[in-house]
Amino acid sequence: MPRYLWLRIAIVVAVIVGSLILVAPRDWRGQPRQPINLGLDLQGGIHLVLGVDLEKGIENVLDRMAGDLRAALQKKGIGAQVTRQGRTGLVVQLASPQAFQEAQQALASFVEFDTRAQAPAAGRIELTLKEKVINERRNSFVDQGLKVIRNRVDQFGVAEPTIQKQGENRILVQLPGVQDPARAKALIGKTAVLEFKLVDDQVDVARALQEGPPPGDEILYGRRVDRTTKTEARVPYVVKKEVLLTGDVISDATVRVSDVGEPYVSVSFDSVGARLFGEATEKNVGKALAIVLDGNVHSAPVIRERIPSGQAQISGGFTFEEASDLAIVLRTGALQAPVQVLEERTVGPSLGADSIRKGVISTAAGALAVFLFMLIYYRLSGAIADLALLLNLAILLAAMAWFQATLTLPGIAGIVLTIGMAVDTNILIFERIREEFRLGKTVRAAIDAGFRRAFTTVIDTHVTVVVSGVILYQFGTGPVKGFAVTLMIGIVASLFTAVFFTRLVFDLIYMGRRRLQTLSI
Amino acid sequence: MLQIFVNPKYDFINKRRWAYAISLIVTLAGLAHIAWQGGLRYGIDFSGGTLVQVRFQQATTVDAVRSALDRVRLGESVIQEFGDAQEYLIRIPASSGALEETSKKVEQGIREAKLPGFEVRRLEFVGPQVGRDLQLQAVYAVLAGMAGILIYTALRFDFRGGVAAILALLHDVLVALSALSLANREMSLPVLAALLTIVGFSINDTIVVFDRIRETRGRGLRKGETLADVINTAINQTLSRTVLTSLTVFLVVAILYVAGGEVLRDFAFALLVGVVTGTYSSVFVAAPIIVDWENWSQARQRGTKKTVVKAGAGR
Repeated sequence: MPRYLWLRIAIVVAVIVGSLILVAPRDWRGQPRQPINLGLDLQGGIHLVLGVDLEKGIENVLDRMAGDLRAALQKKGIGAQVTRQGRTGLVVQLASPQAFQEAQQALASFVEFDTRAQAPAAGRIELTLKEKVINERRNSFVDQGLKVIRNRVDQFGVAEPTIQKQGENRILVQLPGVQDPARAKALIGKTAVLEFKLVDDQVDVARALQEGPPPGDEILYGRRVDRTTKTEARVPYVVKKEVLLTGDVISDATVRVSDVGEPYVSVSFDSVGARLFGEATEKNVGKALAIVLDGNVHSAPVIRERIPSGQAQISGGFTFEEASDLAIVLRTGALQAPVQVLEERTVGPSLGADSIRKGVISTAAGALAVFLFMLIYYRLSGAIADLALLLNLAILLAAMAWFQATLTLPGIAGIVLTIGMAVDTNILIFERIREEFRLGKTVRAAIDAGFRRAFTTVIDTHVTVVVSGVILYQFGTGPVKGFAVTLMIGIVASLFTAVFFTRLVFDLIYMGRRRLQTLSI
Repeated sequence: MLQIFVNPKYDFINKRRWAYAISLIVTLAGLAHIAWQGGLRYGIDFSGGTLVQVRFQQATTVDAVRSALDRVRLGESVIQEFGDAQEYLIRIPASSGALEETSKKVEQGIREAKLPGFEVRRLEFVGPQVGRDLQLQAVYAVLAGMAGILIYTALRFDFRGGVAAILALLHDVLVALSALSLANREMSLPVLAALLTIVGFSINDTIVVFDRIRETRGRGLRKGETLADVINTAINQTLSRTVLTSLTVFLVVAILYVAGGEVLRDFAFALLVGVVTGTYSSVFVAAPIIVDWENWSQARQRGTKKTVVKAGAGR
């Protein structure tokens, strides 16, 4: 009687039962469930890798600080121009050098900066952002981007999204089952910096276009859609560079529909924003206020009176979807550093369904071919190997469910390949048994020697496949990773099924009969 | 019982010069072809660019799709029928224009050309930076795979065995790459996965042979028996194993090639080639190298005696 027979039976039974429970399409309450996650290439969806533009983020920080510096100097009655210099510096040019001392004192409170050079006679101070501050900001850009994008995706309504940091400055976004990829992409990638700026009504737009805007002004464009012809036109505006209010002070944004049935976005400011907006509108009654999102003018309504309510409307010929996406990005806030799509893979749901169908056909056909081959070539032993193969597939799927691994199309290819490779272990063992049998050993001795001697070779072949599998997993992107996962699980499982399980069945069949002469192999 | 090779006694080792010649010709021809083509054809995974897979409700032609795309001036694009006349693959290299707008332009062009109703089934965009990263990583991955195998086989057998196995693997990978180039197929991420799988799998046959060689050597050489004899016997004894294990894998990969769909076709193609050459190289490359290495080092030891060792002439 072989050793530990009952223990071995118990282990095999436990594995079979455990696997079946894990892959069951219904849970113990009888509720249907999907035991294995499908990859984006099988269920359809978007895979995006976004690069966070850290340089631009720092530039944005500097631009904002330039405004703060200007304001601080102005408070003390010092006129100055503050401009960005290079990637990390600011230049303060005083209107008159006499105020130099005073300006220096005012600037001392901006501890983020080191003074790089100063020329008292010329009234010029060059500042540079401290290394430590730059590093802090750069780190925070990616985290802030992750947070904002996560909020946007949540509000957009995607089931089970993946949003992760990848490497130093990349963000991975995976959205399964999204119907309109272009829209989702626009929503996620929008920087969404909202600014309110005054339109400079002293300047003729046509002249500014030819000669360039006067100092302190800039030219921005807006989009105007003609209702009847549906054509788009770009409309230039000359606006003041000075920002009256930014989107930071927004507390809420919702979609409303106007009397004429046009959707617009209603924005509420927080208390600080409401006060600032009230002051700004009071001072500029009669002027046009440009509402600028990411450098594009959405609308430029004329201020008729002071608006104390802390509410503003953004209209601009939106469709309902555009308006609701705008509301989402305004609610979730701006990205401190803009992002850029580095990689995109979108699969439509119909292609995914197609792939699943072909994958199932290939798996079934591959299994059938290998089944028949083993049965014909090795007869009863082949049948045992076929059983082992079935068990291998069950364990493979169960392990996928257990580890919550994702099944991709290359992953299915890995399963098909596993079918072909898992029986190799049995072939190695069976050929060895045949050989030992030919040498004149008894059936039981041949089986024993066959399993024992083939074992080192089996281990070697497994190790090499796992080595390449691990490297593939390390290297691969989503789908290829899926291939590595199924291949590795399948190969490791075949150690259990083709060696442990097959041996047990052989023992059960052949152990009782002492004078066994033939072996069905 | 069914058996493919009944007590085979082929003289593989003595014919190894022929095998070397064939292997050299095939790999050199393949490399020459790759060089002549100006390198491998890289898919957008590695070269960067945009790929759009479009399915029309009715059959159309490549020319119709091309003229639709010419309207929106996408620059140099490659259009290819994919599976049947209703489905097309449009590839736009990374260099042409604003990449993020590309897919929109494709849709716009098709709509304006009034082609039959269509659906974008797949859209892939890989930025040039990502493509370059992947290219580099791919080379590392294949090298790391080989290094891993070299270390393992060198530990399990000996240094010579490891080197012989790696040369056989290199041979397999080169032949697979050559076949890809000759068949005008693309190097993509799945194909790279296939190459790495070849590295991991085709070593198996070599290991089976090596294991047998060691087993036979372990019991010592018989009188008048040379290493070449031992190795030749080992190859013959394990021949059915070598062929059968590859056969089952070949079977499933062939099915994958036929039924797995267009997306997996290049992957399956590379594997098909790899499985065949992996079996060939175990018998005709890896094992013979050990014989020649041994002969060479023996000849060097006896150097002064000027004995010409005729390899494999023992029998």
